[in-house]
Amino acid sequence: MTTATAAPPQNTTKVVNDFSFSIATANGSGSQTANMVLLRGLFKMGIPVSGKNMFPSNIQGLPTWFTIRVNKDGWIGRATTPDIIVCMNPESAVEDVENARKGAVLIYDDSLGLSKMRPDCIHYPVPFKKLVVDACPDLKLRKLVINMLYVGVCSALFNISEESLVAALESQLKTKPKAVLANKPAIQLGRKWALENIKKVDAFSCEPLNKTSNKIIIEGNAATALGLMFNGCTAVAWYPITPSSSLCESLEDYMRDYRVNPDGKRTFAVVQAEDEIAACGMITGAGWAGARAFTSTSGPGVSLMNEMIGLGYFAEIPFVICNVARTGPSTGLPTRTMQGDIISVIYASHGDTKHVAVFPSNPKEAFEMAGIALDLAEQLQTPVFINSDLDLGMNYWMSDRFDYPTGPIKRGKVLHKEDLEKLKGQWARYKDVDGDGIGYRTLPGTDHPNAAYFTRGTGHTEQATYSEKATDWKKNMDRLTRKFNTAKTLVPKPVIENKGSTIGLLYFGTTDSSVREAASILEQQHGVRIDLCRLRAFPFSKEVEDFLDKHAVVYVCEMNRDAQMAMVIRAELPNAATKIRSILHYDGLPLTAGVVVSEFLAQHKNEPHSTAVAQQLSQATSAVGSKGRD
Amino acid sequence: MAGTTEAAPPAESKQPQVNLIGLSKKDYGGLKSTLCIGCGHDLITARIIDACYNLGVRPENVAKLSGIGCSSKTPAYFLNRSHGFNSVHGRMPAIATGVQMANKNLKMIAVSGDGDSANIGMGHFVHVMRRNLNLLYIVENNGVYGLTKGQFSATADKGSKQKSGNVNPNEPIDLCEMAYMLGCGFVARLFAGNSKQMTSVIEAAIAYKGLAFLDIISPCVTFNNHEGSTKSFAYAKGNEEPLHDIGFVPAYDPTYMEMDHGEEREITLSDGSHITLKALSKDFDPSDRVAAGNQIMEAKHSKKILTGLIYVNPKSELLMDQMQVIDTPLSLLTEKETRPAESVLKQIMDDLA
Ligand SMILES: Cc1ncc(C[n+]2csc(CCOP(=O)(O)OP(=O)(O)O)c2C)c(N)n1
Ligand code: SF4
Ligand SMILES: [Mg+2]
Repeated sequence: MTTATAAPPQNTTKVVNDFSFSIATANGSGSQTANMVLLRGLFKMGIPVSGKNMFPSNIQGLPTWFTIRVNKDGWIGRATTPDIIVCMNPESAVEDVENARKGAVLIYDDSLGLSKMRPDCIHYPVPFKKLVVDACPDLKLRKLVINMLYVGVCSALFNISEESLVAALESQLKTKPKAVLANKPAIQLGRKWALENIKKVDAFSCEPLNKTSNKIIIEGNAATALGLMFNGCTAVAWYPITPSSSLCESLEDYMRDYRVNPDGKRTFAVVQAEDEIAACGMITGAGWAGARAFTSTSGPGVSLMNEMIGLGYFAEIPFVICNVARTGPSTGLPTRTMQGDIISVIYASHGDTKHVAVFPSNPKEAFEMAGIALDLAEQLQTPVFINSDLDLGMNYWMSDRFDYPTGPIKRGKVLHKEDLEKLKGQWARYKDVDGDGIGYRTLPGTDHPNAAYFTRGTGHTEQATYSEKATDWKKNMDRLTRKFNTAKTLVPKPVIENKGSTIGLLYFGTTDSSVREAASILEQQHGVRIDLCRLRAFPFSKEVEDFLDKHAVVYVCEMNRDAQMAMVIRAELPNAATKIRSILHYDGLPLTAGVVVSEFLAQHKNEPHSTAVAQQLSQATSAVGSKGRD
Repeated sequence: MAGTTEAAPPAESKQPQVNLIGLSKKDYGGLKSTLCIGCGHDLITARIIDACYNLGVRPENVAKLSGIGCSSKTPAYFLNRSHGFNSVHGRMPAIATGVQMANKNLKMIAVSGDGDSANIGMGHFVHVMRRNLNLLYIVENNGVYGLTKGQFSATADKGSKQKSGNVNPNEPIDLCEMAYMLGCGFVARLFAGNSKQMTSVIEAAIAYKGLAFLDIISPCVTFNNHEGSTKSFAYAKGNEEPLHDIGFVPAYDPTYMEMDHGEEREITLSDGSHITLKALSKDFDPSDRVAAGNQIMEAKHSKKILTGLIYVNPKSELLMDQMQVIDTPLSLLTEKETRPAESVLKQIMDDLA
């Protein structure tokens, strides 16, 4: 939505279902329920939404911003500058107002004395502190209930259905009927007060749509957890780290609910390890002994796990690590997002190592790829990464409903007692019988005198005996390369949008909505058509190679400073090296469509060897000046 | 092979060719040891083989685990018919925890070194002692890093000398003391030169349903067997003070009840097997937690190497049972046992809509 960007107060053009909120609160003030009620209320009206939480790395007191984007076209990537700011945090209020874009709507407590600031914005002061006294007789609850007042105010101002909000409140606090009773009057009172006292002069409003009927709202971490639960994950070890902790926490919660037999016995084991090295060691042991083993972590944890990951690669042990990336290096910005661990994941550990990784873009893929990763790990007998990030893991995404997995889980090449009997005990752990680089393994506890083999991180023969021989070493490494090539045929293929352009844009993960939105802006407002390739896995399958072959120039869009995915592409597909350009974003916040549009235009203006681009750009002169949402 | 070339201890000389489950000693053997000739670690390997044979352990039900070091190489030298995993330096306890999660029915026999457990892997050692796995955890303690050629480990005594003459300035870590403090249910210190005691304690430790920790003084003949070392064969022989003559009677032994116990103290383990103790220097009950604590402190004070069973908690609940893990190994579960019904997913989706 661009028309309102430069608009002065007293806007007359109505803007329906296309704007964004920023709700500024203090961390730990209990505002999350109110934010979720607003988000879900909009969702229940059938309007596409997304909710992104910008929270500090602390427990109580520091400023937090929850942004909600309402978009009729379904673009749920981050919107850069909010159209409506709800200032509930006195600490950040002045700054929030100073940073508001021209023409923004400001809602704040009337005692904050902000009315003299920013005459270029629309001011709606509300006596929140006075109203909450009427809304909530219980003194102790007022601090929480005050948040629900702004939900009511927004309901009146922006035509958000009260019915939907109340339904959202009830589903949000399903297990706490008392809290519903305490909060409901606040919504009603806020709404009533605003209807009676505020003269609406802004342009923003909501109308019911039918675009969310088959959808859910969920965080990516919960989605991954569900995928694991439904796909036979049995052993989980983890060490808490933002933004991954909620993954194993919700996994354990779900499994305690749904993975318990009638006799009370559980079909899973979860251990909170002493550190990430141990967490990775535990899933290494569990994977070796035949469990579908999983851990989640973030960048610092991946760094600690490196030695074990190399062991897993070399001794060929299946396990899955979900890296929910945050902003680094070091502790960095632990509550912000980044696609910063591409290289540290793909090439984790020492010596020659390369790992299979999948890149979910949305909760549905997070759900599906959890099962795919567990299968791939066992099929390929190797560590497999799910590369997520804070934005996907901890923010609220509108998503298609998840499909129930129907096929059997894939356990890969495992020889059981009966198989060994048929083979008369003749087998070799690391022998490439099938030509795909993958040997057969047995599990400890297999009741056959020839079942055992010795697993080691040292050089070994096909029979798994110790070897320092040069020929044994090289032969084994070459087999691992064959296995890597097999992986190319098993991993999820890219999603390609071909419009016959010579320009390609390659991206992955959570930038999906923003990149596609940008492509649509570039086409509609700038007349530039771009083909899109959304990577979903490493190693790169044939389709990725073909995409790079077919395009004269390929932009790789990613959220890090060093163009890590571009580096990997240049290394793995050297023929494409010279046609790679980068669109980079690395301020800790999710990518916006506007960044992609402006970065693209800036680089392509000067693209000498792409005449097709020059032509496309010259045809688009009329659109110059009309920028994307940035 | 390291173990089988040794003469069996006299008490077992009339053993039949096969054991209770019909296996011969050879079935418990491993590859030929590649350690230095005379290394204490090989003596322990031989006793592990003896103990497993005597007890009729089914090798297929055992997983052998280790970290990195000379000591950690030894699982290759025993129980060829058991799966083995020589993992990474110091992290064996984490691997063991995972193995147990995947298969709670496995008995795990793990070998580590003093460097592996008391230095790089201390964090994991400490935490695994708090988790009651079905694990025999042996540290083959020579006070040095054998494999990297003789640097001090954290168990080296203050003032002990390296081969090069360097004197260790640091206080030693006593792994038995730590294991005891952290709630480990079976703690013993042994000396690799005392075969008889080793065999019976290893037997009891294997029979014990829980984590049994054995700190076995195991001299490194190449880097730590000289004068000035407190982990040499000569020093250990001179300063060892066995607490008691230890006997172990497995649960299945029908003759036990007819035996004359005399002055022996006996401790019954949860599977019905017995540990018998005949006091040597003092009457001490290792199932008395306070007495065990005093014993450790006294030994430290007197600079003696007190060998024998220091502490045993005959009844302790295994971690996997505490966690209510089903009896079928998790490793064998398929989607039939692990995938909740379609209605569950539908309900979850409806709740999120
Ligand atoms: C991460 C790592 N750091 C260092 C080493 C080198 N290293 C191998 S064995 C060892 C010490 C082993 O000492 P100990 O556990 O006492 O075993 P011993 O050889 O004495 O039996 C060291 C430092 C290694 N393998 N891995
Ligand atoms: S170096 Fe020491 S510990 Fe290692 S094998 Fe030789 S004697 Fe044993
Ligand atoms: Mg040592």
